[in-house]
Amino acid sequence: MQIEFELNGATVGTSVEARTSLADCLRDNLGKTGTHLGCEHGVCGACTVLVNGEAVRACLMLAVQANGDKVVTVEGLSSDNLSPLQASFRKHHALQCGFCTPGFITTAHALLTAEPDADEERIRDVLSGNLCRCTGYVPIIEAVLDARKFYAVQKEKA
Amino acid sequence: MKPSAFEYASPATLEEAVSLLHAGNGNAKIISGGQSLMPMMAFRLAVPEFLVDLKHIPDLNIIRIADDGVHLGARVRWCDIAGDARLLTAHPLLAEAVTHVAHYQIRNRGTVGGSLAHADPSAEMPGVALTCDALLTIIGSSGTRIEKASAFFTGPLQTTLEADEILTELHLPAWPAARRWAFKEFARRKGDFAMAGVALFYDLDGNGRAENAHIGAIGVSDCPIRLGAAEAALNGNVVDDNTIAAVAAAARAEIDPPSDIHAPAAYRRALVGTLLARGLTQSAG
Ligand SMILES: Cc1cc2nc3c(=O)[nH]c(=O)nc-3n(C[C@H](O)[C@H](O)[C@H](O)COP(=O)(O)OP(=O)(O)OC[C@H]3O[C@@H](n4cnc5c(N)ncnc54)[C@H](O)[C@@H]3O)c2cc1C
Repeated sequence: MQIEFELNGATVGTSVEARTSLADCLRDNLGKTGTHLGCEHGVCGACTVLVNGEAVRACLMLAVQANGDKVVTVEGLSSDNLSPLQASFRKHHALQCGFCTPGFITTAHALLTAEPDADEERIRDVLSGNLCRCTGYVPIIEAVLDARKFYAVQKEKA
Repeated sequence: MKPSAFEYASPATLEEAVSLLHAGNGNAKIISGGQSLMPMMAFRLAVPEFLVDLKHIPDLNIIRIADDGVHLGARVRWCDIAGDARLLTAHPLLAEAVTHVAHYQIRNRGTVGGSLAHADPSAEMPGVALTCDALLTIIGSSGTRIEKASAFFTGPLQTTLEADEILTELHLPAWPAARRWAFKEFARRKGDFAMAGVALFYDLDGNGRAENAHIGAIGVSDCPIRLGAAEAALNGNVVDDNTIAAVAAAARAEIDPPSDIHAPAAYRRALVGTLLARGLTQSAG
């Protein structure tokens, strides 16, 4: 089936089988391999992307269901330089092997965009849907807490 | 972990969706949020030949609060319920139960109708629907029917839905402001399916005694169940420590929970008693 959607700000079109997940479409058809596939059944959160501003699991959505939507992957969150959230992950050692990181970054970005004042409990609650086998999570929570100030400023401007 | 091949359509009306299901001859399925169906297809536990997406059908995502209670359209998502502050008073039991459903990203897509139709024995929404005597509106090629939640769930992942039927609305009867209630569950990780859970409510008569007791449990049987003996132990009594102990004991005695890798039956049995006692204590406070 022919589909068209907005990917990281640019309109893209591609042809997929109906059964193709959004994650496979992003990676295989559109070359956006920042979206990682861990479990492929909705448990690990590595494939999280933003669809119309909301964090969703790209393995639990069909590419055809994204037809006409606005999709943002981890590639769309920064250009040549790290975003403040990404820089905070680096500063706090919030990644090691990096496999789960795109899912944490996209999820945390969606959360802080909507709720820049999220407290630690809320951040833990939201990130409970993402698995990380390296960090033990504490540095990730610290990185997200520390990045809140950048989102608060953005919200004031907006 | 890839689904088998299927065709896909996203019709604009319910009538069209029903006729596509009908033409599918048992091999067509609805996809709503996809948060249960996609994993089922990835494991090839579900191998539909045709998927009918509800996303373009209007008005299925409406939360309507009226004198006769709360009406949830089938495509109302978990995040929509969490974001609707009216429900904290219009149906606090619903609002609380839904905080336990799944994780952030799944809550942005998973729907009320999908959860009811999927009928996982541990799922919160079917438990709330059963406990609250909810009514389900179902449309199919032979017309529209209203089904009681108590008749709808027939087994694990099994309901009375025919292959060409679509669930359109859940109606939870009106909630008196003074009603006492609680929802308690235990899961190993926040957002995962519960090992067991209880939903309960009752009203107080003029003498401060419980009446109209409704107690439901999830994760302890093939589908959500009502705990009739526990309800009988609660009705007509002041909710004090003795009553709470009697209700919990009645619940433990009347259930026959399964054993699996997550917990043996004896653990689930004890857990239901504990959750019920905690819930009743909270409701009386
Ligand atoms: C990791 C993970 C954790 C989860 N944890 C929980 C949890 O703790 N508690 C919980 O309750 N759920 C949990 N879920 C499931 C989630 O809540 C699903 O969203 C829900 O069970 C199904 O809703 P859906 O809209 O995604 O349905 P879909 O996946 O689209 O459909 C599910 C089934 O229902 C049928 N269907 C859907 N809508 C209709 C309709 N309107 N009429 C007729 N048939 C229909 C479909 O054909 C399919 O068979 C979890 C899911 C995942 C992946």
